[in-house]
Amino acid sequence: MYLTKHSSMNQSKNRLYLFLGLFIIYLLLTAATVFAQDATDTEYRPFPGIGSRNAAWIAAQLHLLFGSFILGVPMFAVVIEFVGMKTKDKRYDKMAQEFIKLCMGAFSTTALMGGVLVFILIWCYPKVMNKLSGIFGPTMIFYVILFFGETFTLYLYSYGWDRMQGRVSKMWHLFLGVLLNVFGTAIMFVSNSWLTYQTSPAIMGPKPAHEAIPLHDESGAFIGTLWQAVNNYTWMPVNIHRLIGNIAFGGAIVGAYSAFRFLAAKTKEDKAHYDWMGYTGNFIALCGLIPLPFAGYWLGREIYMFNNTMGINMMGSLFSWLFIIQAVMIGVLFIGANYYLWSGMTRIAGGEVYARFRPYMIAIIVISVAVWMTPRTLIMSPTEQAAMGGPNHPLVGLFGLMTAKNTVVNLIILTTFLSFLFYRRSGKTPTVGWRKAGNIIIAAIFGLAVAAIVTIGIVGFKVNTDFRVNVLTPIQVLVALAVMILVTVIDLIMYRKARSSSEISWGQMTDRSQYVLILLAITFTSLMGLMGYARSGLREAWHIFGVMQDTSPDAHTPLLADAVNMIAVIIVIFFALVGFIFWLGLWGDKKKEGSPPVEAEAATGDD
Amino acid sequence: MQKLSLFTKCLIIFVVLWLFLRFFIGGVWSVPLPASVISMYLGLILLAILVHVSVEDDRFREFLRPVKETLADDARRTRRTVLFVLIPLVMLGLSFSRLSTKADPPAALRTAHPAPPAELTYRDKVIGLTQEVANPFRHLEKDDKEAFKAHVDNGRRVYYQNCFYCHGDDLDGVGHFAHGFNPPPANFQDPGIIPNYQEAFFFWRISKGGPGLPPAATPWDSAMPVWEDHLTEEEIWDVILFLSEYTGYRPRTFGEAAH
Repeated sequence: MYLTKHSSMNQSKNRLYLFLGLFIIYLLLTAATVFAQDATDTEYRPFPGIGSRNAAWIAAQLHLLFGSFILGVPMFAVVIEFVGMKTKDKRYDKMAQEFIKLCMGAFSTTALMGGVLVFILIWCYPKVMNKLSGIFGPTMIFYVILFFGETFTLYLYSYGWDRMQGRVSKMWHLFLGVLLNVFGTAIMFVSNSWLTYQTSPAIMGPKPAHEAIPLHDESGAFIGTLWQAVNNYTWMPVNIHRLIGNIAFGGAIVGAYSAFRFLAAKTKEDKAHYDWMGYTGNFIALCGLIPLPFAGYWLGREIYMFNNTMGINMMGSLFSWLFIIQAVMIGVLFIGANYYLWSGMTRIAGGEVYARFRPYMIAIIVISVAVWMTPRTLIMSPTEQAAMGGPNHPLVGLFGLMTAKNTVVNLIILTTFLSFLFYRRSGKTPTVGWRKAGNIIIAAIFGLAVAAIVTIGIVGFKVNTDFRVNVLTPIQVLVALAVMILVTVIDLIMYRKARSSSEISWGQMTDRSQYVLILLAITFTSLMGLMGYARSGLREAWHIFGVMQDTSPDAHTPLLADAVNMIAVIIVIFFALVGFIFWLGLWGDKKKEGSPPVEAEAATGDD
Repeated sequence: MQKLSLFTKCLIIFVVLWLFLRFFIGGVWSVPLPASVISMYLGLILLAILVHVSVEDDRFREFLRPVKETLADDARRTRRTVLFVLIPLVMLGLSFSRLSTKADPPAALRTAHPAPPAELTYRDKVIGLTQEVANPFRHLEKDDKEAFKAHVDNGRRVYYQNCFYCHGDDLDGVGHFAHGFNPPPANFQDPGIIPNYQEAFFFWRISKGGPGLPPAATPWDSAMPVWEDHLTEEEIWDVILFLSEYTGYRPRTFGEAAH
């Protein structure tokens, strides 16, 4: 009886979401027509109370955060579902389904925030929207079609989960998941074209100079094609950066959700389940986090190539302190992720053998983070500057240079990889005869790689910058990547038939480690807010850089403190909304607890 | 001899590392570190210690044991009383030192890398796009070594007639007038100066000086004169060649390799 009631509740919820989604789209289309009528007459309208820019900032950032979550989660949910199908382990399937349920809760909020953003933009910035829609009109129609595609695929994927459990229907279900990701990725690519065009309204010229070819004449009239506007200088780097970032962010939020459920769990089974889920979330977040700096490096490079002034404003001048804050945040992410892994090793009997390496690993990570977050121009008083004999410290000042920072980033990544390796090995004993030699080889690979990375870093101070940027830095990255690939291969072969001395005691985790998962999610969110502000703020007093000037009262670049305060407010709103969604999940489950037999039945997928 | 508790060991490590930063790195090995850097590093050291002691439950309990004993154990009453008097006194001292009036201006965030304008100009003449302009005499380094040397020599003459009063006779930013400026003049011997900028950037900074700095990320507080009022275009390019030749650092380029 409960099952029937529960299932009918689900159907009502399903219909409610569907109507809500359609209603929002209807409102958007209606409002767009109404506002577009006088769009050419008015340049700006003030948003009451907080001002137009702040209103658009809050709505855009919240839309982006929720959007990132709902685009990231389906990517790994499909992979986990596939793993579940291949291994025939129902736990994977259940976990993937739970991930998608979280997505469903966030989906309507994403659409809602998107709607709010469009309303604010049409209301407060009619001339800008008129200009953008004049260029990107066809892509906006395409966006709506994709949005419909994504909405219905998500509903089918989520609500069809329990029904599509047969062998053939599971394949179809997986196909739906892949399709959902295709729609989601395409939707992000389309909207990225609008905002990247605002930053870099030019295309890359032919080799070898790759000069930026503007898409506007001197009067500001658009002279390019739609595809050129879409495929502008920074479009693809932003696409890739966001694609990877979504995975990391999705993993981190799922990790925080699991931590929340772990801390609230009353039974051992629930603790074990959410511990495992949290571990998976953290693993996914780290998988996204490790390649993210490389994608960011590419984006930064393209910005420099598009406009050198913009690049210097980003990294050396106007926004440079944001990158020091970024270093602190990424330091927190890596320290937190490693802490979580080390905590995880305490729940595996046999993991303690690796504890002796931990102090050294902590030292390497913390020293590396210290180097990374040391600014080139130190914060100091004139007296301190006089005592130093100049604006740059002869020793610590070197840490502010890119060769030092690139070196330590690679060391942090390698140390984190080593933590993973130890985690994977915990409680297992290899049975191959060459295990001692294998360990020596792995240790030698690590030792040589660290020596090479550090040596290249030191040489980097002496060579010219072009050689460092184009040869030495890529070599450092390649060395780190090669170590990870090589050691993974050796380790996989070595531990293929390993004797397992103990199982992982899921649920035997400290509460502290769960708070670290929540901290990681908050840090990821802060990073997205800060760096998103840098990306958007780079335009300075331009709606479309070099083409359409911002003549509104908000045209100034805010103080760093003001920007950080605004981002903090947005983060608080985001987590209040996310907390509400988490709580809804808990609330729903509490209701189910009243009928244990049906719960057991539902868990087997017969609902 | 009584074995030291984990808490005491951590405290000792923290103090030793603080002394190391404050007096060894900032004294014996090199010049003093600013307080902001020491605080930042101490924060990280504290974090590292807390990470190390809190991963395992047993170790964390062991770490917290003396704290709990001090707070709750009657046998530790004297220690508790001393701490309860000392902690507010230390806080009082810190608050006083923060709030008391000082002659020294407070520490400030600065940026040292202004963004050049899109177009490079000399007086009113447009030379070209800043990110595309190269030193017109740089090619002589390969094509005509004698001519290149003549340009470098001319750059040396220009430097020692005009620049060395502030930037120093060894190009290290400690000329006769240097101590009167805040921020001090650029130190071209620093590995972070010449290799990080293009020659067009140096041309812009020399020709336009402090008054030509952009409105973004102000205040720059630069006392650099507007040298285009006193030097020819060629003299500015020549002095840039000299800076590079003397220090051995190559300026950055926008060459093909960069793409």
